[in-house]
Parts: sequence; structure tokens; C-alpha cells
Amino acid sequence: MGFLRSGRSRALFFQIVALAGVFAALAFIVHNTMLNLERSNIASGFAFLGREAGFEIGESPFIAYSAADNYGRALLVGMFNTIRIALIGVVLATILGTLVGLARLSTNWLLAQIASAYLEVIRNVPLLVQLFLWYVLITDNLPGPRDALNPLPGVFLSNRGFAVPGVDSHPAHLWMLFALVAGLVLAGFVARWARARQARTGQPFPSFWAGCGIALGLPLAVFLAAGAPVKLDAPQLSGFNFQGGVVLTPEYATLLIGLVIYTAAFIGEIVRAGILAVHRGQFEAANALGLSRQLALRLVVMPQALRVIIPPLTSQYLNLTKNSSLAVAIGYPDLVSIANTSINQNGQAIEGIAIIMAAYLTVSLSISAFMNWYNKRIALVER
Amino acid sequence: MNWVRVNLFSSWPNAITTLVIVWLAWKLALPFLDWAFAQAIWTAPDSRVCRDAKGVGACWALIHEKHRFILFGTYPFDQQWRAGLAILIFLALYAISALRACWRPWLALAWVAGLTAIGVLMWGGVLGLRYVENERWGGLTLTLLLATFGIALAFPLSIVLALGRRSELPVLRLLCVIYIELIRGVPLISLLFMASVVLPLFLPEGMSIDKLLRAQIALILFAAAYLAEVVRGGLQAVPSGQYEAAQALGLPYWRMTGLIVLPQALRISIPPLVNTFIAFFKDTSLVLIIGLFDLLTTVNVSIGEPKWVGFGIEAYIFVSLVYFAFCFAMSRYSQNLELDLAGGAAKGGVR
Repeated sequence: MGFLRSGRSRALFFQIVALAGVFAALAFIVHNTMLNLERSNIASGFAFLGREAGFEIGESPFIAYSAADNYGRALLVGMFNTIRIALIGVVLATILGTLVGLARLSTNWLLAQIASAYLEVIRNVPLLVQLFLWYVLITDNLPGPRDALNPLPGVFLSNRGFAVPGVDSHPAHLWMLFALVAGLVLAGFVARWARARQARTGQPFPSFWAGCGIALGLPLAVFLAAGAPVKLDAPQLSGFNFQGGVVLTPEYATLLIGLVIYTAAFIGEIVRAGILAVHRGQFEAANALGLSRQLALRLVVMPQALRVIIPPLTSQYLNLTKNSSLAVAIGYPDLVSIANTSINQNGQAIEGIAIIMAAYLTVSLSISAFMNWYNKRIALVER
Repeated sequence: MNWVRVNLFSSWPNAITTLVIVWLAWKLALPFLDWAFAQAIWTAPDSRVCRDAKGVGACWALIHEKHRFILFGTYPFDQQWRAGLAILIFLALYAISALRACWRPWLALAWVAGLTAIGVLMWGGVLGLRYVENERWGGLTLTLLLATFGIALAFPLSIVLALGRRSELPVLRLLCVIYIELIRGVPLISLLFMASVVLPLFLPEGMSIDKLLRAQIALILFAAAYLAEVVRGGLQAVPSGQYEAAQALGLPYWRMTGLIVLPQALRISIPPLVNTFIAFFKDTSLVLIIGLFDLLTTVNVSIGEPKWVGFGIEAYIFVSLVYFAFCFAMSRYSQNLELDLAGGAAKGGVR
């Protein structure tokens, strides 16, 4: 064992041992699994994705689905449902979280106290318990559709879900979306040109407002050119439930409320910490340089606060996405819950779980790769 | 009076905010207090009394009636003192671990002794205690068991992973990074599914692990990845001069790590570790989804009984309070400790 004394060969030896250990364990597991699957006559492989699923899915707002469709399509519906809850949840949680973070810093004592009580309560109770609580609140304690609560005109809250007015879709709306994207790209070019010009000639250009104008003006122009097609679709009571408008099922509403309120508590803390991290002196120095309050906020304070806020904020977004898998406990058909149903039906647990994990890993790893890139870009360049 | 003016009515928007909050409290908080306390039914011979008062007063009689089941699950009724004693031992262990005066080598011995005692109490089969198979464990006892054993066993694993991720050996580092990122990238529920349905397939024929242990393994593997990242943060916070000084003294890797680096790194990471413990404690409630009888499941089963259907709010408020008590205590403790350690560092460095 003399070679173990030299650092280099010892390092190599330990690494080979570690790698061999991992491969041996994997080989052992794969071997056992093959034998077990063979013994219990469970098929393997992803051929089941093409077979008929045979179960209904409560909600699939984006793609048509019926029990006669195959497993692959069912899982796709689940994937869209996960995306649907995660995207809207992230937006709402950011808004609520920012408000909570600002409320905690408020000079109004009462408001600050309420905000911190909210944080303490929400952060110290498991999300699953909160989801169950919201679910019984909605399904057990709200009135039936006939005497639904009507807090705002057109908004109905009942134990069958929430009905809110929607806008009838029109082909022009899609064109407005394209116009928005085009406007954003154009605004980016304008900002670039303005920066280059300022560097060359020293003349500032209101690129922020110009950009806003372009990004919002283009869709507006398309909207007006198409003859302003808006038809509000208010929910109407018919039979036992509401028709028209946008109806959120109790499951979707529960999950959305639960995730937003839970995540917002964590985002509130992040926002508060980010704002506190910017030293008062920075604001005063910007003032002394003659920057207006707005410019000081935009050029001096916000970039520094965002540098502190964005990394933990992203991990909260990822948490929200992963937490949306708790849908399975209250019966919202997200990816995990549909994969679970499929496992229960065809017994192909390994494939089902592999699909869940691959889907979440793709999102997590791509976002963390993006975050690493972003962090490098905005990191303080120190001497 | 001055305080009120400065803190509540310093400006017009401020005054309006205050008035809106007071009005909301009047409209929302008062009826809630009325429901939860004044009109509440605390004990009832049967649920009929509660049904008559539904919507008017809370039915805490449900908790009164079912508290043994909620706390201990289906543990044999006449033996439940054993599960109760186990909870007390857990609480005592938490309490002495929180006291800094007790951060001595004997603390580890106390933990080994305490956990052994809990094992003996729960299983029985010795000392004249009746044997109770672990399918019958449940309620708060099971939640504490899963959380405590999860952290106790995940912690050593997380230190190894964190050291591996900081190691200079590329293969070791890669293996640790893959493990940590893989676990952190997927939801806990998928790991629990994996433990409950896939893990049995991984084992050779004739070998089986019961459901509780499988869930426990998944929880340990899950917690280890998150704890490893916290420990890694602590390792990164140890100044590189410490490493260099240890190397200059000629200490080999393991002694440098064990004597110089880890003690400092762990001390720095205690507050974030406690925060991870809180998150993990809350996460144990997910075992409900794979059908283990933890605190949340016993509550769910209680309100599933025809007699008590419809009193979910009371039941979930109760279980929230139990979780809150544990998590709030931990979070307050971590905040105080952070101030304490920061104070110590300001006075004379981390010792």
C-alpha cells in the first residue's frame, strides 16, 4: 500500500473506488429491478404512452381530452395544468409578496405588525395543512351556486368554485400578443441605440418611456385597427352551476390561493431584506450627484436591491412550482396527480416517476443554469 | 399619545391605512373571535350540539373527543402512555439541545440514550412491554419520529456531501453535485412515491423494507441534500487563512477538517440549519399522500368519520396550532442564536 502515501495516486485511488462503488450499486439495483419486473409480469418501456388512458380529467383548459385519448396526451394535459398553476401563481405571489415586504417596512405600526404576523403564521404552518384548510373553507363553508357570494359585480364565490367575468376570445387578441412581443423587441433596440448615443454625445434619451410607448402602443394599434373587439362574458347561473365567464374549480382556486399566500410570505422577507440591503448613503450620494429621485431609484437603488433579491426569488419560484405537486392531495389534475393515476392503473411506476422527475428537473436545472449566468453578469466586479 | 401620532397618524395616507385596518379588524377579527371563543362548544356528548351551532360557534368538542386518536393514531389505547412518554422524551431532547451550556460531548450520548428509550417504548417486546408493530404508530408521535430521525441521520450524510462538493477530487465532486442537484430539483412527493412504489423493486428477492422505513429513507435522502447546501455555505464562510494555517501546521486533510474547519463552519451555519429543520418538519406532513398515519392524516381521518364530517376548519386550525408551536419555537430560537453568535463574533471572533 506504499502508493497510497503519494497524494496524487491516493486521490486517483479514492476516486476510482468511489466511482466503482456507485456503479456497483446501480448495477445491483438495475439487476434486481429487471428480475422483479419479470417475476411480477410488469411491462417496461414507454410504449404505454400510446395506449388508451381510460380515465377522465376534471379540467383541461388548453387541449381537448377525453377518456379515449392515450396516456401521453393525459400526461400532457397534466403538464399544461402544472404550468397553468405555476405561471399564474408566480405572478400573483410576486405582487402579494412585494406588497407584504413593503408593508413590513411601513412607518405605520399597525400595518407593519399585521404584515409580520402574517409572515410568522404562514411560514410556520405546513403548506399541505393550509391547502386543506382553504379547501374545506371553499367546499364546506361557502354557499351553493344558487346563493353564491357576490362581492363584486360579476364575481361569484360558491362551493362549486369561483366564477369571474372573462373576455370572449377573438383572433385579434392573438395578433395583439404578437404585437406586444414585437414591441418589446423594438423597445430593446431603442434602448440600445439610446445608450450608444448617450455614450457618444452625452445626450440622454427617455428610452424607458419610449420603450413603454412602443411595447404598449403596438398592441393598442392592432386592437383599434381590428375595431376594438371586446365582449365581456359575465358568468350566469344556469341549473346547478355557472356558465360563461371564467370558472375556477374549487381545486384550482384552493391550490392557487394556497400557493400564492404561502410563497408570498417568503417573497415578502426577500423583498424586505433586499431593500434594507441598500445603504442609505447610496440614495444620498445619488441625490448629491444631482440625480432626480426617480433616476436615483432606477439607476442606483434598484440595481443593488435586485442583486440581493433575484437569486432567492428564483428559488422561491422553483419552490412554488415544486409545491404545486401537492395538487395530488386535493385532486387538482397536475402532472404528478395524473402520473400517479397512470401508475395506479398500469403499474409502470418507474416510468411514471421518471417522467415526473424529468419534467421538474428540466425546469429546475434550466432555471438554475440561467441564474448562474445572470449572477455572473450582475455580480459586483471587484478590483 | 405621542406614540400614536408618530406611528399611526403621521400623514394622511398613514391615517387612512390605520382607519381601514381598524375597520377590517372590526368586521373580520371580531366575528372570528366570537366564533372561536365566545360561541364555541368545548365539550359535547355527541356531535348534534355542534351541528346545531355550525356557522355560529366553533366545535372544539371534536378535538376534545378525538385528541387521543389525533396524538397517538391507532396505537393500542391502554398502551398510549408509552407513545405519550416518547413525545415527552423528544421534547426533553429538543430542550437540552437548545441550551448552549449543554453543547458538550455528552449531548450525543443523551441523544443515543433518548432515541433508544423511545425505540424501546414504541416497539416494546422487552421489559414486560407488549410488542406493538410499527403499522400502529401514528399521530404526533409519528410526525416527531419521522422529523427527528430524518434530521439526525441526514445530518452526518449532509456533512459528507458538503465536503465532497468542496473536494479537490473531480470525480467525488461531480458525484456529490449530481446527487444534491438531482434531489433538490424534484418535488419531495416524487421521492416519496419512489420510496413507496419503486424502492421495493430495487431490492433482491425475499428482502423487504416496511413502508414506514421506506418513507423515512426518502425523507433522509431528501433532507441530506438541502442540509448539505447549508453546510457548504458554512464551509465557504470559513476564511481561507484557517485552511492555510492548518496546512502550514502539517495537519492531514481529515484532521484539518475535523479539528479546524468543520467546528467553525458548523457554528456559522447553525441558524440556517435550524431554518432548514423547520422546512423539513413541515415537509414531513407530505407522508399523508403515501398513506402513513402522521399527525395530519389522523386529523383527516377524524373528520372523515360521518359523525364529525363538516368540522374540517376546527380540525385544521388545531393541527396548524400544533405545527406552529414547534416551528415558531424553532424560528425564534434561531433568531436569538443568530444575534447571540453575531455578538460573540463581534466581541472576539468565532471561537
